[in-house]
Amino acid sequence: MLAEIGQISLIVALLIAVLQSVMPMLGAQKNDPRLMAIGDRAATAQFLCVATAFACLTAVFVGSDFSVKLAAQHSHSQKPLLYKFSGVWGNHEGSMLLWVLILSVYGALVPMFGKNLPTTLKARALSVQGMISVGFLAFILFTSNPFLRLNPVPLDGQGLNPILQDPGLAFHPPLLYLGYVGFSMAFSFSVAALIEGRVDAVWARWLRPWVLLAWSFLTAGITLGSVWAYYELGWGGWWMWDPVENVSFLPWLVGTALLHSILVLGKRHSMANWTVLLGITAFSLSLIGTFVVRSGVLTSVHSFAVDPARGVFILILLALATGGALTLYAVRSHTLRTGPSFGLVSKEGGLVLNNILLIVATTTVFLGTFYPLLVEAFSDSKISVGAPYFDQTFAPIMLLLIGFMGIGPLLSWRTDSIIAHKKHFVFACVLMVIITSLTFFFGKSILGALSIALAAYLAFGTLVAFGRKLKFGQVSLAQSMKLLRHQSGSAFGFFFAHMGMAIAMVGITAMSVWGAENAGVLKIGESLKVASYEYKLETIDAGRRDNFEYLQAGVAVSKDGELLSTLTTERRFYPIRNMVTSEAGIRVRQSANLYVGIGEGNQNDGWIIRAYYHPYVCWIWIGALFMAFAGFISLADSRLRFTVREPAPATAIPSAAE
Amino acid sequence: MKMKTILPLVLFAVLVGFLAFGLTRNPATIDSVLIDTPFPEFELTDLYDPDQVVTKADLTGEIVLVNVFGSWCVACVQEHPKLVELSNTANIKIVGVDWRDTRENGMAWLKKYGDPYHRVVFDADSLLAIDLGITGAPESYLVDKQGDIRYKHVGIITDQVWDDILAPIVVQLRTE
Repeated sequence: MLAEIGQISLIVALLIAVLQSVMPMLGAQKNDPRLMAIGDRAATAQFLCVATAFACLTAVFVGSDFSVKLAAQHSHSQKPLLYKFSGVWGNHEGSMLLWVLILSVYGALVPMFGKNLPTTLKARALSVQGMISVGFLAFILFTSNPFLRLNPVPLDGQGLNPILQDPGLAFHPPLLYLGYVGFSMAFSFSVAALIEGRVDAVWARWLRPWVLLAWSFLTAGITLGSVWAYYELGWGGWWMWDPVENVSFLPWLVGTALLHSILVLGKRHSMANWTVLLGITAFSLSLIGTFVVRSGVLTSVHSFAVDPARGVFILILLALATGGALTLYAVRSHTLRTGPSFGLVSKEGGLVLNNILLIVATTTVFLGTFYPLLVEAFSDSKISVGAPYFDQTFAPIMLLLIGFMGIGPLLSWRTDSIIAHKKHFVFACVLMVIITSLTFFFGKSILGALSIALAAYLAFGTLVAFGRKLKFGQVSLAQSMKLLRHQSGSAFGFFFAHMGMAIAMVGITAMSVWGAENAGVLKIGESLKVASYEYKLETIDAGRRDNFEYLQAGVAVSKDGELLSTLTTERRFYPIRNMVTSEAGIRVRQSANLYVGIGEGNQNDGWIIRAYYHPYVCWIWIGALFMAFAGFISLADSRLRFTVREPAPATAIPSAAE
Repeated sequence: MKMKTILPLVLFAVLVGFLAFGLTRNPATIDSVLIDTPFPEFELTDLYDPDQVVTKADLTGEIVLVNVFGSWCVACVQEHPKLVELSNTANIKIVGVDWRDTRENGMAWLKKYGDPYHRVVFDADSLLAIDLGITGAPESYLVDKQGDIRYKHVGIITDQVWDDILAPIVVQLRTE
């Protein structure tokens, strides 16, 4: 019964979405308020229908109704409750339903928060949002129906893929999708604005919170995914440049550029072209991300479920959405205002440079990810681009970007000169020399030392820029404190995001320069040396627990003969799914993680043990969470509180307006 | 319309072309690296007799269907009657690889469901399974007289799979 209600709700949602994509657009064209008003109601109704369908599927999973094929394949009556919930989106069909649910949530929020938007703009944006819904609802109904019944009904389900049975992964997809799909707002409003021929500051100010929201969720989602892969997949790394990781990183890079462009557009009325193109690109990359994961076009550790027919469908959606939007851009971009001009050395100039570097970085990652496809097109070999490519191409671009991040925020709008910041540069150089020498003294790596110094320079630049907002040193401390309280959310957002970047950079540098690993086949009592640590295999234990068989190793880690910790690592075999997973043994410390994993082996020859020393790896995630947190803080900015009523306050508080 | 404004669209069109091309490729073809290569060398023991060594030489010389199974494998239960039927009707040697199993469980399972195998190789530690690049059970390989792998089937051998895919290949191999 539940499955039928869900099925019907989805069909009704598709019909409503068709209505939503046609009526408001027509209404805007004819300037008919009644037709346009249909958009608002359709968006809400569509959300209610999709939410009903999602609730039905959740009830099917939680209630272990195995007459529904999807639940039979991906759930199990004995599974912990959390995984019955997360099992809903731990599979292709359910995750696409979650995708559409989030899309419809964003759609329904437009009429709620957009009361003050120009009616035609809102109607057109809702219509575009409706078209995306039509595409994805049709995709679900025709290629990935989650409500198919199964006959005969199995006694129990097959269980969730054991790799996915983890709290980290229960929340990873929803966060990631909130980010991915959030960019649909930027897309819809960009397309609507192109049709209107009006991209202005009001538009930008209304859209910016949505971009911030999407970006923050995406940041949090990627971070969570990285943490999960670190401890669950047992790769011993925090980022593997795996295609699926890369495709979630691409919209993030472009989203970052979008975030900065829309800020300029809202404040200075320039960079309209950038904003619109980046808005379209960010969402297109999200679609490409969905396409790659769901089609299996690239071979990846993440390809849990692949089906070419679905790939064709998503590719067509992508071609229509992005192709349509870019065609519109080609035809209509002359209507966009160019805004006031600015000098090369100015805050705008810096942000243009920021955009260019981010786009180059995106292209680099994109090429690295899709290069195997390219090679395959011209020759017959399947290849895979590894980390070395990204280290050599992506890293230098990011270092350059960070170099500019340290000074960019200090520049003033319109026009500035490098000479004016002489004092800052001298301070920064002295600081960098000190940090470089200190780090070199302890770390014995000149590259690592320079990189850490660059992170310090970024933190210093960020502190100075924030300090200037507080008029630190110019007025009394009490007054600075008072200014601190009156800083806008976006000022805090800037501070935490850029500081987060500096923190993450320390972690990334430490991991790539001072991280160490070793692997060997060990028998009980034998040991491995990693950096200055000794990993000794002490115990091996095998048995059965819950729904898996395990092989457990106790590994004692000591430094200079002093026992630090005994780590437990497991290899688990899940007979129901015929899968092996690994549980790494990790000692987490702020300064360094000690990490060990066990592989294949037997009593006679010993077991494969992989041991790692990961200095400051936690800083990467702490930094990334800082960035996500910064985005949410920016949302609290009173000037951005989902209204467009007041363009005035932007100039009313000059101290807060940077 | 300026050249500059149409550029994003052109770049995107090229991209879609590549993605469309990528779709025509089957991601599973990476398995095909094994096709037409010699069956991997191995040295394991017989399921029923831990002292009896089985090597590749025991398999080759005639056309063999190598079937990977395990007593823990649910799908294998479903596949098994077909194998038993083939062992009686089809003129082909079937060799089993008991994967990730214990001897007791493996033998009990074959006793319960019938033993269609000419030989059963016991591979508890995935020594042969890794060389074969096995992704799960059941999986089956058709090996020709020269000891080369000629076809790999992932999943259950159903009536349809046998009639439409495997049987014609066996016929073809016989004519070579």
